[in-house]
Amino acid sequence: MSNEGFFFQAFVYLVAAVLSVPIAQRLGLGSVLGYLLAGVIIGPFVLGFVGNEGEDVMHFAEFGVVMMLFLIGLELQPELLWRLRLPILGLGGLQVLLTTLFFTGISLFFGLPWQMALAIGMILSLSSTAIVLQTLNEKGLAKTDGGQSSFSVLLFQDIAVIPMLALMPLLALEGAATAQNQVILVVATEGTGLPAWQQALLVIGTVVGIILGGRFLIRPIFRFIADTRLREMFTAMALLLVIGIALAMQQVGLSPALGTFVAGVVLADNEYRHELESDIEPFKGLLLGLFFISVGASIDFNLLLEQPLLILGMVLGVAIAKFIILFALGRFFRLEISQNLLFAFALAQGGEFAFVLFSFATQNRVLPSDVSEPLVAVVALSMVITPLLMIINEKLVQPRFIAAEVEREADEIDDNENPVIVLGFGRFGQIVGRLLIANGCRPTLLEHDPSQIDLLRRFGWKVFYGDASRLDLLHAAGAEQARLLVVAIDQPEKTLQIVDLVHKHFPHLKILARAVDRRHAYELIRRGVEVVERETFSSALDMGVEALKLLGVRSYRAHRAGRIFKFHDVQALQEMAEARGDESMLLARSRQLARDLEQLLQSDNRELTQEVDRAWDISVLRKDA
Amino acid sequence: MSNPNQILILFAHPAWEKSRVNRRLIQAIRGLDAVTIHDLYEQYPDFHIHVKAEQELLLAHDIIVFHHPFYWYSSPAILKEWQDLVLEHGFAYGTGGTALHGKKFLSAITTGGGAQAYCRQGYNRFSVRELLVPFEQTAHLCGMEYLPPFVVQGTHQLQEHGELVKHTEDYRQIITALRDDQIDWEKLYQFKHINHGLDQILKPQEMTHHV
Repeated sequence: MSNEGFFFQAFVYLVAAVLSVPIAQRLGLGSVLGYLLAGVIIGPFVLGFVGNEGEDVMHFAEFGVVMMLFLIGLELQPELLWRLRLPILGLGGLQVLLTTLFFTGISLFFGLPWQMALAIGMILSLSSTAIVLQTLNEKGLAKTDGGQSSFSVLLFQDIAVIPMLALMPLLALEGAATAQNQVILVVATEGTGLPAWQQALLVIGTVVGIILGGRFLIRPIFRFIADTRLREMFTAMALLLVIGIALAMQQVGLSPALGTFVAGVVLADNEYRHELESDIEPFKGLLLGLFFISVGASIDFNLLLEQPLLILGMVLGVAIAKFIILFALGRFFRLEISQNLLFAFALAQGGEFAFVLFSFATQNRVLPSDVSEPLVAVVALSMVITPLLMIINEKLVQPRFIAAEVEREADEIDDNENPVIVLGFGRFGQIVGRLLIANGCRPTLLEHDPSQIDLLRRFGWKVFYGDASRLDLLHAAGAEQARLLVVAIDQPEKTLQIVDLVHKHFPHLKILARAVDRRHAYELIRRGVEVVERETFSSALDMGVEALKLLGVRSYRAHRAGRIFKFHDVQALQEMAEARGDESMLLARSRQLARDLEQLLQSDNRELTQEVDRAWDISVLRKDA
Repeated sequence: MSNPNQILILFAHPAWEKSRVNRRLIQAIRGLDAVTIHDLYEQYPDFHIHVKAEQELLLAHDIIVFHHPFYWYSSPAILKEWQDLVLEHGFAYGTGGTALHGKKFLSAITTGGGAQAYCRQGYNRFSVRELLVPFEQTAHLCGMEYLPPFVVQGTHQLQEHGELVKHTEDYRQIITALRDDQIDWEKLYQFKHINHGLDQILKPQEMTHHV
């Protein structure tokens, strides 16, 4: 591809995305539908900017799905995955089995041979991981019961693709299956040409290698990279990791999506997890977008125009049949009704794996192209209507269950996301964090000094690596769900930056900030930070109290003197921070600061010469008597 | 002679530096054998009371004295906090709460108002014994024997060198006698205040022997 051609292509795709996605978003249609429509518009049928190379682009963009599964893996601690084993195997397994049986039966009914019928049944049982998860995430439904069930089923389907691919050549009508699959998403097992037992050993070895590597190798490597403090190196390393795993899986004939998913799960409790997430996220987003666009562009509208009733009827039939089977399974697995509807609406479409499997089946001469082509169109259209179905569910169906929904909302407190984020886990943040943990609140901890992280990890602390002033990292650390943000870093300028950033992007977060000195405290107070603590104030005050005690002042009196001092000092701090708010000139400000200090010292003096504390003074009483 | 009674003085005064009478009283008993003076405000300026340590102190003593000025017909705040925390269910009362059974309880208080104020016609309307009923009942519920209280009244008008000296001497005598079991218990309960009939309550010969 020539450079110019490449840039033109990139230009077309990007313009389409940039124009259609925000519009779709604004109209409440969600980004997925925006991408799909953009694809339709630039595709051969409407504007014709994208021709046959759209298919190559799709294969390339499928890597976005691989990245998505890696990110999903990162979010899934192994314990959580283990907890989901019943929905994954039970719900997922039954969904694939029943849907396959149903569509096989229908195909047989229409007189297709059983091999073709089974192939079609299997392919149509799959749903679209990319569209469903992206849409669920966008709507914030991923953590609901329905969302989790959808995820479980999708995960099972992604695994089920591998045996399906293996089975496909066996269904070939004329024997002699020689097709080579070159798509990146899934690779047939005959790729390596080794005997079966060697193949099996190779596969097991690779998976074990990924797990062991993830456990023991990744940490020192990331540590090494982090020490360079070059952000792009980290990004490069993250990409290298994902691509490397994808390649390795491809070499041994496994699904790269599955491989990166496993790697993600292995790295889920790694301290670099949030950093990895925020580095991969934009790539995943763009590639997925590209993927959706190419799906939109690949829809053959000529077929649709030739047989509109047949195609649309099939789209509708597929969606309704899948919906009914999903809903029944949801009932069987005791999903609450509104969650069950979400689950059934979300998964009632064909998936991107169907494109792969259809082309593979055609190559292997399982399906003739006059059968597979209309079906590809059906799957693509069913994918397009998924975001629409989700909107229907959200706007028309769910409101009927709103009362039940509210009640459920309350106990959806997510065990994955912590209500408190502590930025900076050095001398200051540690004390805050330890107190929180001692009282049953697990904060998400972020620290940018790798050696500090290693030390804390050795003592069993979960601390994540990352520069706290980055918006994407705050996202990854769960700032949307959190309630409090403790800024405990020791760089005053960066603290102010973070405060501004958080006020802008996460206005719901209450901020507790560490101030390095009085001036810094003024800045923070003026920014409306909820809690400002000067880092040395309380300990210095405590020491002053101890000094008073050693001088012979009774400890309760010294204690009260300390409290009174603190009260006045904090009050003065607030007043001064507000009073000087409108001053602009630097000179005047520093002069004012000097005056403030003088005032402060004087007022302290007055406090000392006067009786600090009038409590329990009986001299008046005695005069009275 | 048998072992002396161990006496625990739980002293609560938030402003020792401003105190006249209580300071003298404490000074009068400071250093006595088998008498532990436990200054609550000094020990717990932030009111964070170490419950376990306090309970162990109680177990190690036979006579518990609440010594404090009589603020608003009760004790200063920390002593209430102390009761709320230390006299736990299962320790001091309730099922299995027998740790204090058989111990003796004494209130030692100072009141600003004079004796004439603590009667139906006075401005405090109730007698000191009536106003001390919550403490008496607390002792009762904990299975302790409630002794007539030691009360110094009219502290606002007390002269440094006359009555005040007498009160401090009385206090020392009473604490010492309690420690050495030199009390005529029969007689004691005939008095409203322990310091009203000292010459009848204390057994004189033994007392001089020990002091």
